[in-house]
Amino acid sequence: MLAPLSWLKEYVDIDCSPKELEEKLFSCGFEVEELKELGADIQDVVVGLVESLEPIPETHLSLCQVNAGAHGTFQVCCGADNVKAGGKYPLALVGASVYATAKDHVTIEGVMKIKKGKLRGYESHGMLCSGVELGLTEDLYEGAGYCGLLVLPEDAEVGSDVKPIVGLDDWIFDIAITANRPDCQSIYGIAREVAAVLGKPCREPALDYVTTDVKRDAFKVTVEAPDLCPRYIGHYVYDVKMGQSPAWMRRRLALVGIGSISNIVDITNYVLRELGQPMHAFDYSFLEGEQIVVRRAADGEKIVTLDEKEFALTNNNLVICDGNKPVALAGIMGGLNSEIKDDTKEVLFESAKFMRDNIRKSSRALGQASDSSAIYAKGVYEYTTVMAMKRALHLIDELGCGKVSATHVEASVGNSVAPTEMKVSVKRVNGVLGITVPNDEIVRILTNLNFNPVINGDELTIQVPAYREDMDSYPDVAEEVIRMYGYDHVVSTFMPTAQVTLGGLNLRQKSELKLKETLCAAGAYEGIHYSFFSPSDLDLLRLPADAKERTAIELLNPINIDLSLMRTTLVPQMIHAIARNQKRGILEGRIFELGNIFVPKSLPLDDYPDERETLCVGLFGAEEDFFTLKGMAETVAHALNVTFTYEAAEKPYFHPYQCASITCEGEVVGYLGKVIYEIMDDLDMRVPAYIMEIDMRLLSKWYGKAQIFTPLPKYAEEKRDFAFVVDKEMTCGAIEEAMKEACQYITEIKLFDVYEGVQVGPGKKSMAFNVVFTPKDEEFNTEMVEGFVKKILKNLDKKLGITLRA
Amino acid sequence: MKEKLQQIREKAIAEIERSEGLERLNEVYGLILGKKGELTAVLKGMKDVAPQDRPKVGQWVNETRQAIEELMDEKKAKFEAEALQRKYESEKLDVTMPAKMRAKGNLHPVTQVRNQLSEIFTSMGFEVFEGTEIENDYYNFTALNTPQDHPARDMQDTFYLSPEFLLRTQTSAGQIHVMEAKKPPIKIISPGKVFRSDDDATHSPMFTQMEGLVVDKGITLCDLKGMLDEFVKRIFGEDTTTRLRPSYFPFTEPSVEVDVSCFQCGGKGCKLCKGTGWIEVLGAGVVNNKVLEGCNIDTNEYSGFAFGIGVERIAMLKYGINNIKLLFESDMRVLSQIDD
Repeated sequence: MLAPLSWLKEYVDIDCSPKELEEKLFSCGFEVEELKELGADIQDVVVGLVESLEPIPETHLSLCQVNAGAHGTFQVCCGADNVKAGGKYPLALVGASVYATAKDHVTIEGVMKIKKGKLRGYESHGMLCSGVELGLTEDLYEGAGYCGLLVLPEDAEVGSDVKPIVGLDDWIFDIAITANRPDCQSIYGIAREVAAVLGKPCREPALDYVTTDVKRDAFKVTVEAPDLCPRYIGHYVYDVKMGQSPAWMRRRLALVGIGSISNIVDITNYVLRELGQPMHAFDYSFLEGEQIVVRRAADGEKIVTLDEKEFALTNNNLVICDGNKPVALAGIMGGLNSEIKDDTKEVLFESAKFMRDNIRKSSRALGQASDSSAIYAKGVYEYTTVMAMKRALHLIDELGCGKVSATHVEASVGNSVAPTEMKVSVKRVNGVLGITVPNDEIVRILTNLNFNPVINGDELTIQVPAYREDMDSYPDVAEEVIRMYGYDHVVSTFMPTAQVTLGGLNLRQKSELKLKETLCAAGAYEGIHYSFFSPSDLDLLRLPADAKERTAIELLNPINIDLSLMRTTLVPQMIHAIARNQKRGILEGRIFELGNIFVPKSLPLDDYPDERETLCVGLFGAEEDFFTLKGMAETVAHALNVTFTYEAAEKPYFHPYQCASITCEGEVVGYLGKVIYEIMDDLDMRVPAYIMEIDMRLLSKWYGKAQIFTPLPKYAEEKRDFAFVVDKEMTCGAIEEAMKEACQYITEIKLFDVYEGVQVGPGKKSMAFNVVFTPKDEEFNTEMVEGFVKKILKNLDKKLGITLRA
Repeated sequence: MKEKLQQIREKAIAEIERSEGLERLNEVYGLILGKKGELTAVLKGMKDVAPQDRPKVGQWVNETRQAIEELMDEKKAKFEAEALQRKYESEKLDVTMPAKMRAKGNLHPVTQVRNQLSEIFTSMGFEVFEGTEIENDYYNFTALNTPQDHPARDMQDTFYLSPEFLLRTQTSAGQIHVMEAKKPPIKIISPGKVFRSDDDATHSPMFTQMEGLVVDKGITLCDLKGMLDEFVKRIFGEDTTTRLRPSYFPFTEPSVEVDVSCFQCGGKGCKLCKGTGWIEVLGAGVVNNKVLEGCNIDTNEYSGFAFGIGVERIAMLKYGINNIKLLFESDMRVLSQIDD
């Protein structure tokens, strides 16, 4: 929120520097996001008196002798048409900085430094300036809009700095207002805080006005939706003289970024900024039926707002109507049909409290917003609603632009605007803080904040102003006290009254950490990807229409379509990550991600979905192949102390012959495989990628268990080698399984050689295994081992038709 | 006989001296000491020597043999040393050539910071509670004193999945689950992903928060400051100090923003702290009574504090990472940089 220092000074005698004020506001909870001096870019511009001038022949220029007091007298060339001898104008001395303007003399093109110049052979020592060149507008300073020299007042002291004279010495505070303090969305609201933090009184704006008779005595206000509008105040003003508002008002509005329109409209905008209460002015002559009705709109009802946009309303929108039709979209914008015009003669002022949630929702639903709706959406207090009407009527009086009738109509649900009494324990207030703030400090602080505190023993009684609805109980009082007392009084203690707790990670959290560290040790880097992805990612994977991954939760308000689905697999983002790396010229790497996928129990969502922790590992590069990936799977199994088995499987996004399922304890927990060439093509990938995805939830049944030592074998192990010639299609897994089935003493089977070629014949391959037999209760003898071998060979023959290589 | 032995000895010495490698040396050995060697032949002829001369001749033969063998061993050792030297030389490497290795990977910078934070807080007696990324409106807002029409709802742009379910905007949601399930004393941290509908140069729609909550008897704002002081010293260095300033969160009262003294310039003012000497790192406060009461915790007996840390923010500050989006792109050049 913008607050000019000059405006704040109307209410508080501020005697510290703007910088000091910024720090004080910061310390009590109001962060100044930007502090800007209005004339920050203007330097070394002084009051210059043109003592004499002569025209430069054959030009429109004049050669002026300009007296700049203590700075000296300078010869300056000037092209302005309003330069006169005896006139006082801003003189930018050599070395000064002012704004450079375009040829139109209006558009500012940056800051320029004034140098000694020569025009048509005449030396010029400085420049006489226009208002625009000083960054002024007609609203900021009367006369500054003229496309020529800015004429300074006759009493301006020659040679003195021009900034204080034209109001460029002002400072603008841009203050962040937290959501609990909507009462500070105004200059006066900020002024109350400034007064409190400086310990100075705060002057209330003048609220008095003189009324004439009751006019339009039939006029009435009916609020049909008091739940959305607890207070509506209307006041009738007549004999209105439309015109420009005074310079001081236009300047203040300009300082907070509002353009002047007309005296009546400016008054509503002025009150909005000064007090934080949106107001509206209707041209009474366009109101039919001598009444205002505040009601919910009928479905399909239409209104055209001041900016000539038409809206079709619903029952959720609140409208202000006359006896016939909607004349304003409550709290958002007035209707075009009752707009204040140049010839408006009678005005109905509106000051109302509309409920914030309704205005916020209507504003969003209709896509229509204004300064008023922004303030309503944060909250307006009825205290201010009442005050604002008085202030607006005072300004009518002060500006003399209309007569204030006695016709004042107020509909209210009866909320009080008087202070509320609150009693709290001083001990509990201090108990929140952990320090003891002296009672006289508490009283001083709360007095400055208009709480009228009284302390009696441990009981603190305060009168909470009606604009402080955020005050609820003793912790709120504690906050008020400490933010003014100073957080530097809070000392460090380490929970002296707390019980000892053990803390630490649980077994699952420890296992996950170990898994991640093991994957790192295996050369993989951890990646983190968004929890949402794109519907096109599912298509990238070539998933069929009935794939379970396609049952994904949609975001109702995604940032864009690519971030619109809660992910049901980690694979596509891993593929994208790999493709991105390749695009950036990184052609090898290992990445893993441990994150959630989201499986809805039903759609639309009416219960928490299943958030399944999932591990995804992606490898790419010339050195990687299916088996390096399988090695990573084994690394995972090892880290978690579980055993995986693998079987050929199919996934639409994996190579048809390089894809396997991962089984743990009889349950498929994941898949691994080489990414298909079609996807590589889609994403312009240069080297192949291998990806594995494991459902950690399924796996979690088996890991994180207490580990038990297996004693070393008492008896010597036996090893035997087997070599077979088998059909090319025969799998290693099938042979291993048949072997294990035949002998319970097998503890390890290792394929150590595979050969295809002329020696074994076409369509065949040779496979050689090393098998380890580990004795359990007794030592093996040769006959026993021979027996195992026989059994194995018999089973292989029976199950797979395999015999030993001749 | 003696002359013969002398002859053999001289010949052997000459041959040994002349030999140029192990191979020739072995041949010489064969010629002199092998089965058919000259000296072996002499030994074999001992039976023809008169018995009374045998000890003497035996001694001569042995002396000769010893002398030859000694010389041969000496020569052999020399050849072996030379061979080894040649082997070494043949294996000479350009040690400045690139290393061969499977580089170790590392954890994501966010995980690294998350683990560092976890370690600090678990050592102070905190447990780790991980909530869900998808929350319902009650836990994310209402139970945190942010009912439907509360102004604070506008503070965060929420992603909705249904009228009731949303992507959690803050890990504070975890507070309520913990307080519903557990009686004080409570000391938990709750790290996890959170989501806000912000997507520009400095915001990511997903980021990581770590919520902390303590509920016990007599917990005060001073305890919050004490714990945070300890925390920032451990994460940013011994000389780091904290500054509290008023702020607003619906679920704490009083609420504070916590700044740390700039660890780059020590508070003098630099680019990192924008000349202020302070860096904003987290939000915190005394738990709002309404939140405690909503979880059936007696506020006459218990009080608490809560804090929320932006993990990416700490990571970016600590490691000088300039763009939050870099953290979610899995660019190997980014992932491989920080191993703290």
